[in-house]
Amino acid sequence: MTAPASVGTVAPKSLHFREPLPLASGATIADYSLMVETYGELNAARSNAVLVCHALNASHHVAGVYQDAPKNVGWWDNMVGPGKPVDTRRFFVVGVNNLGSCFGSTGPMSTDPATGRPYGARFPVVTVEDWVDAQARLADALGIERFAAVMGGSLGGMQALSWAIRHPARIGHCVAIATTPKLSAQNIAFNDVARSAIQSDPDFHGGDYYAHGVKPRRGLRVARMIGHITYLSGDDMAEKFGRALRGKADDADYAFGYGVEFEVESYLRYQGEKFSEYFDANTYLLITRALDYFDPAKSCGGDLARALAPARARFLLASFSTDWRFSPARSREIVTALIRNDRDVTYAEIDAPHGHDAFLLDDPRYHRALAAYFDTIATEVGQ
Amino acid sequence: MTLRADLRLIAGWIAPGSQVLDLGCGDGALLAHLRDTRRCRGYGVELADSHVLECVRRGVNVVQANLDAGLRLFPDDKFDTVVLSQTLQAVHRVEAVLQEMARVARQGIVSFPNFGHWRHAASLLAGRMPVTKTIPYQWYDTPNIHLCTPKDFEILAAKLGLAITGRALLADDEPVRVLPALRATLAVYRFDTR
Repeated sequence: MTAPASVGTVAPKSLHFREPLPLASGATIADYSLMVETYGELNAARSNAVLVCHALNASHHVAGVYQDAPKNVGWWDNMVGPGKPVDTRRFFVVGVNNLGSCFGSTGPMSTDPATGRPYGARFPVVTVEDWVDAQARLADALGIERFAAVMGGSLGGMQALSWAIRHPARIGHCVAIATTPKLSAQNIAFNDVARSAIQSDPDFHGGDYYAHGVKPRRGLRVARMIGHITYLSGDDMAEKFGRALRGKADDADYAFGYGVEFEVESYLRYQGEKFSEYFDANTYLLITRALDYFDPAKSCGGDLARALAPARARFLLASFSTDWRFSPARSREIVTALIRNDRDVTYAEIDAPHGHDAFLLDDPRYHRALAAYFDTIATEVGQ
Repeated sequence: MTLRADLRLIAGWIAPGSQVLDLGCGDGALLAHLRDTRRCRGYGVELADSHVLECVRRGVNVVQANLDAGLRLFPDDKFDTVVLSQTLQAVHRVEAVLQEMARVARQGIVSFPNFGHWRHAASLLAGRMPVTKTIPYQWYDTPNIHLCTPKDFEILAAKLGLAITGRALLADDEPVRVLPALRATLAVYRFDTR
């Protein structure tokens, strides 16, 4: 066993799709592009492909770095690479930027061929199911009839679940981490506050801010600050920041003003600032709405087991003890539904202090479980 | 790989092709054995990370949970057989766990250390809590909070309406024929739940 390494320098490519994609809303996207990265080699039997689905703010850049941006490390680089849990010496890994996102795939920033101007507010609302159908076309284009596994965390886990339901013959294993079968009222409420922050920014212009040469940065910043709070656990925040004052001793006097004083304020504002530099506000609205709408049981009278009945994949689910955004109880709902359907399922409930964010972090118990599971998949597909 | 003696005995009590739930399934050895030799399928419930990892490596379905949370995941009458091996003595609510086992399966199998072994009695007569190979803990750090004898278990089973259909009393992995209640270290019971 060699030490885990990086996949190294990678290059994204854009794939164009001309066949119109019908959407859950009833609208259609006439044609669209998806940004894609791949790592490792597709074997002769085309049986070793793994699709990695991203969550809210990530992209097709799952692993490795870019030639011209050596510090831009892929968002799941600790999971995907040679000697890593998803070992790119054994698997052909596909990362894709979803429709409506803002990292090069067709989205609200793209030019609407009907008007010659950016889509802006006219970009159709897309759902997890729409993404999955677009990903299935991507699989066709790559010559992948069946994925050895489709995996993702959080919103990415929802896509993996949706794959198992919508394309049961095309997925061997569904790996869904820190996810939920549907958002709670509290989850939706947090999303609504984030969207309200964006929509009430004077620079939002009803979603058509591109034409005005501005971005609703203030709203986006607040949206990210709210989101970020839900990604961390209370304990984690207490440990990282406590009540520490920025640049001052803990027992120093307060400034008796309203500027940034506590470390936690400084951290959140920095996160918000950074995010508002690179993320598109319309994409934030679109993706949080896709989260709100995901509820595969809705069309089955709320019966999740019935919704999952078409699934034929084997399942790995994992959750984290301090994740209060998508708590272990939400993963257990999925496990229960899968057991009712006699599906093969392994469920790891990992005791980790880092809240929802834990799925992106390098926790040895979590990574050992994933590595062991992917090892069995690799053996199964002859890698 | 050789299977622990009590697990081998338990496996022999499970019909080929059964749906099995193994509570406290450890490294998944029993479930893997049942899958490979008796075409059984099912799930294990296990709390320890290291054991869950072993189950993953064996390709055994495992749900990481404690018994209380774990049992709630399973619907009524889901299984042919539910197994609880060498765990009963460590659960908080023994009656509730046995009732939950009865809810999810037609047949139950439990094994537990025999507290009625003569060495335990001798130790008590000498004024000390017993510490033996089968119960290797000091009184203050033992996880075994509900130790019992075969007769104790049979009385509880009757109270809960569980009909005992098989019993094995083992010492050194072999059945004990002479004075088993005093000489067996491990008791294994099979019962119908309705």
